[in-house]
Amino acid sequence: MAEYRLPSLGADMDEATLVEWKIGPGDAVAKGQVVALVETSKSVMDIEFFESGVIEEILVPVGETVAVGAPIARYRAAARVGVAVPAAVAAPPAAPSPFTPAQPVAATAEVVAAVAPTEAVRVPVRYRRIHPPVRHLAERLGIDLAGVTGTGPGGTILKADVRAAAARREAPTVARVGRVSPRARRLALEHGIDLSAAVGSGPDGAITSEDVERLIAGPAALEAEPAGPSAAAPAPAPEVGPPGVEADAQRAAARRLAMRLSIAELMARSKREIPHYYLDIQVDMTRSLTWLEAENLERPMPKRLLPAVLLIKAVALAVHDVPEMNGLWVDGRFQPSEAVHTGIAISLREGGLIAPAIHDADRKTLDELMVALRDLVTRTRSGILHRTEMTDPTITVTNLGDQGVDAVYGVIYPPQVALVGFGRIAERPWAEGGMVGARRVLTATLSADHRASDGHRGGVFLAAIDRRLQEPDKL
Amino acid sequence: MTNDEIRTVVLRVLRRIAPEADPAALDPDADLRDQLDIDSMDFLNFVLGLHEALGVEIPERDYPQMSSLDACVGYLAARQPVARAS
Repeated sequence: MAEYRLPSLGADMDEATLVEWKIGPGDAVAKGQVVALVETSKSVMDIEFFESGVIEEILVPVGETVAVGAPIARYRAAARVGVAVPAAVAAPPAAPSPFTPAQPVAATAEVVAAVAPTEAVRVPVRYRRIHPPVRHLAERLGIDLAGVTGTGPGGTILKADVRAAAARREAPTVARVGRVSPRARRLALEHGIDLSAAVGSGPDGAITSEDVERLIAGPAALEAEPAGPSAAAPAPAPEVGPPGVEADAQRAAARRLAMRLSIAELMARSKREIPHYYLDIQVDMTRSLTWLEAENLERPMPKRLLPAVLLIKAVALAVHDVPEMNGLWVDGRFQPSEAVHTGIAISLREGGLIAPAIHDADRKTLDELMVALRDLVTRTRSGILHRTEMTDPTITVTNLGDQGVDAVYGVIYPPQVALVGFGRIAERPWAEGGMVGARRVLTATLSADHRASDGHRGGVFLAAIDRRLQEPDKL
Repeated sequence: MTNDEIRTVVLRVLRRIAPEADPAALDPDADLRDQLDIDSMDFLNFVLGLHEALGVEIPERDYPQMSSLDACVGYLAARQPVARAS
């Protein structure tokens, strides 16, 4: 029996709520098959299965929130019938074994979900892969990683393991972050309460709304008798929220707040950790726009192309000239990516920002990019994203030209190392060959991680983008 | 189609693109892109929606004529395909 664990959902997402199961016990599943929908503070997304097998048991019901890496289903792998997997968080076995990943670890910092049976082993610290977000959490909670048992593949330490260690240190009962009632979670989100180190007073250490209300009321309330709500906390309301429009509005507000907090954490982390440098360049868009206008005249309306796809393609191709812009900064070094998955910064209609990936943008034709872009924007704003769209961007593009902005000096999305910004296309005076005329120009900017690249290479990259925009027929 | 019917169609397509907007609150004379948060992808989807609903070809060079609600209705009314005699 093997465990299917909640896979990575993006560098900054460490938990999700089960929204829908697409399979049940007894169903056969194939590699790549979408098995469930989960919701994070950023979006609802599909998650896929990693090998062939048959589902034995669903471990997490709809509505429950679990940490990335937590087991959510049990299954029998097709090729490995009869191999047993010991339960996670067990006592250490006799001898430590060197770290061998179950499958090649992706270039991202996240943990790949377990696909082959693994044991929870206590591996010497220097052999273990400890991802920066996990290390930071351990620092924040004051946990010595040497004493933590990793339950990820090959003994990797997950954030959930660090939290479990923190909870064990503070209270006799183990608090599983996954066990939080929906009302408690909503309250926590609305008041900005961090539940990662909270201790629950409900059954099995579950965190109840009373626990959250106590945290909201403040440190004085925490000293109070845990059996019932303290006088300072508001009277407990019924667990089920009010039905109808008001509930929807409250849920939407809570979601927006959760997203805002996520963005806040990611952007703050980016500025704390990434030494940004900024470059800009003026791009004469005459050739590109003339070419595009002629193209669009020949095409039926549904096949019309937007200038945005020219920009995205130019960036995706320029990356081949300057590979230090495409990849991730992980474990203290730059890991270049062969594939070019351009993150597209998409603003949500009532606030909020997500930057999911268009995969293999360098290999798509402009038509394919247009279809992909339209589909991505639609699903980002109102539908469902795929998990890999959130985990895979290798470089991000942000286009604020429509808002009338001249240039955008953006904040890099960790663990990426570069962000390309495009401002509006405007007629400007342009001098060439001693003559001044008016040309349609846009300002392209690069925000780059100075650990991965230097200004000279950044300049070469922007020049490469410019060059490609002068030959639109080759895009 | 009468102008009122065209207006209804335009508002319906706009609703799909900007679901949070209140059609009654729209100033029919003022620029749509100023009143609603519409980017170039939204605008393309808008003209495509009108094309599908009304069968009108809207070349890119005519986009400036689609500035306000009234302007859209006028533009589309003038270019409705003539109904074929059966």
